[in-house]
Amino acid sequence: MVCSLAVLASTSPCAARQAITFDSGKLILTNGVTTIEGSGGGGLATWATISGMGTGRAVGVSAHVTGLELPDFRLDTHGLAIGIHDRVELAYARQNFNTRQAGAALGLGRGFQFNQDIFSAKVRLAGDLVYGPALLPQISVGAEHKRGLDGGLVRAVGARQSVGTDFTLSATKLFLGASILASATVRFTKANQFGLLGFGGDKNARRSMQFEGSLGLMLSPRLLVGGEWRTRPDNLAFACESDAKDLFAAWAISRRVTLTAAYVDVGSVATFAHQRGGLLSLQLAH
Amino acid sequence: MPLLLSLLLAAAPLATLPEPQAAPVEETAPVDWDREFGVVRKERDPVTGEIPLDPYPQSDANAGAAPFKGETMARAFGGQAGIRKITDRALDFSLLDPRIEAIFAEHDMVRLRRTLFEQVCFILSAGCHYSGREMKVAHKSLGTTRADLNALVEHLQQAMREAGVPFPAQNRLLAKLAPMDRTITER
Ligand code: HEM
Repeated sequence: MVCSLAVLASTSPCAARQAITFDSGKLILTNGVTTIEGSGGGGLATWATISGMGTGRAVGVSAHVTGLELPDFRLDTHGLAIGIHDRVELAYARQNFNTRQAGAALGLGRGFQFNQDIFSAKVRLAGDLVYGPALLPQISVGAEHKRGLDGGLVRAVGARQSVGTDFTLSATKLFLGASILASATVRFTKANQFGLLGFGGDKNARRSMQFEGSLGLMLSPRLLVGGEWRTRPDNLAFACESDAKDLFAAWAISRRVTLTAAYVDVGSVATFAHQRGGLLSLQLAH
Repeated sequence: MPLLLSLLLAAAPLATLPEPQAAPVEETAPVDWDREFGVVRKERDPVTGEIPLDPYPQSDANAGAAPFKGETMARAFGGQAGIRKITDRALDFSLLDPRIEAIFAEHDMVRLRRTLFEQVCFILSAGCHYSGREMKVAHKSLGTTRADLNALVEHLQQAMREAGVPFPAQNRLLAKLAPMDRTITER
């Protein structure tokens, strides 16, 4: 079955069979972890990395579950990603954002959940995270198509749409000589609170350019600690939105299992200020 | 062919092998492909235990990286004795790793143990010259992949860790080797 599919996909059966090889050949932890939007990265910031443990001749896969516990809210995400030839990443993630007590205060009902599906694609354009010229980072472009499932509600708070697409351009490099991982991404987005509160708003309807960056120190081949910063648009009149930041530790328990813990500050969410809390994420990769 | 085999065996004890298990695998090969294909192998030098190569231009530049300045790195690796232990150990691990063992087993490991040591010793400024070939020439048509390279890097990391090399110093060496991937692996 796999073989016939592969043959259909290509005129050369030999090359096609290679296309579905798993080699799990990346260096441990260099597959990165998974963002709360399901693409390969850090926790909040997207990286130029391609998910999964496959190298340039193979396919890789990864799955994640993440929980972010905030004083007044809770965000749960889970998803799957495929990395093809360390070149293309295709990912799906589901976000469930529970408003808990805040839901009652906002008139939504206690424990009201905003839900969102995110389909994303990323392509590595140039460079390599680890190898190649020391100053040439891995560079990727990506698109994240977000489909909110609560259209009426997000429009009621001032959002223009419940569906939107973010575009990202990322550069990520492991500076081995300094044991430092650095990543920078520009994101073109209309998303309010990552898209959970819709796209565009009464204050600003248009896409804006935002920045996200990660800086990490490798303490061992399996342990990376660092921080992230992510600027966000402030499109809605009813509540202001601020930058999100975190301090994280990502630990590869084994080649295929990575656990990430972070202290996350997303600022003010839907009029509830000081939303700081803990994030825990488990990633399985092959 | 039996003559060649016994010559090889006779040369083995003379080789400066630090680990006894690094015997040539010709002994265990199920099929004698050399005979099947009529390959003529050169005999090992009775003194060095290496298979002689045709002459090639020798230069430290063949090492493919500029050496570190100062003695800090050499000291972090325990000088020449420490480096030799690490490079030997990394090759021992590689010969036990089913992913890459076959690529090494087919080649002159006596020579590789010497040249890899020299290369790392030279890059760490621990007082060696590199007498081996350029990386591009040495790895030509080996067909090594990124995954193979990563496997070797992991073995080198384990050897450095065992030898107590501080992690930042391990990475500084790897930073010198990382740009060589284009000359070592095939795309
Ligand atoms: C940064 C990584 C690497 C370094 C620094 C390195 C270094 C060297 C050196 C110094 C030599 C000896 C050159 C000579 O004989 O004149 C050599 C040869 C060799 N290397 Fe590598 N190497 C690397 C990666 C690899 C990988 C990934 C493989 C395969 C898995 C590999 C397999 C071999 C083999 C089989 C030879 C012997 C070739 C022959 O006898 O003709 N090397 N390498």
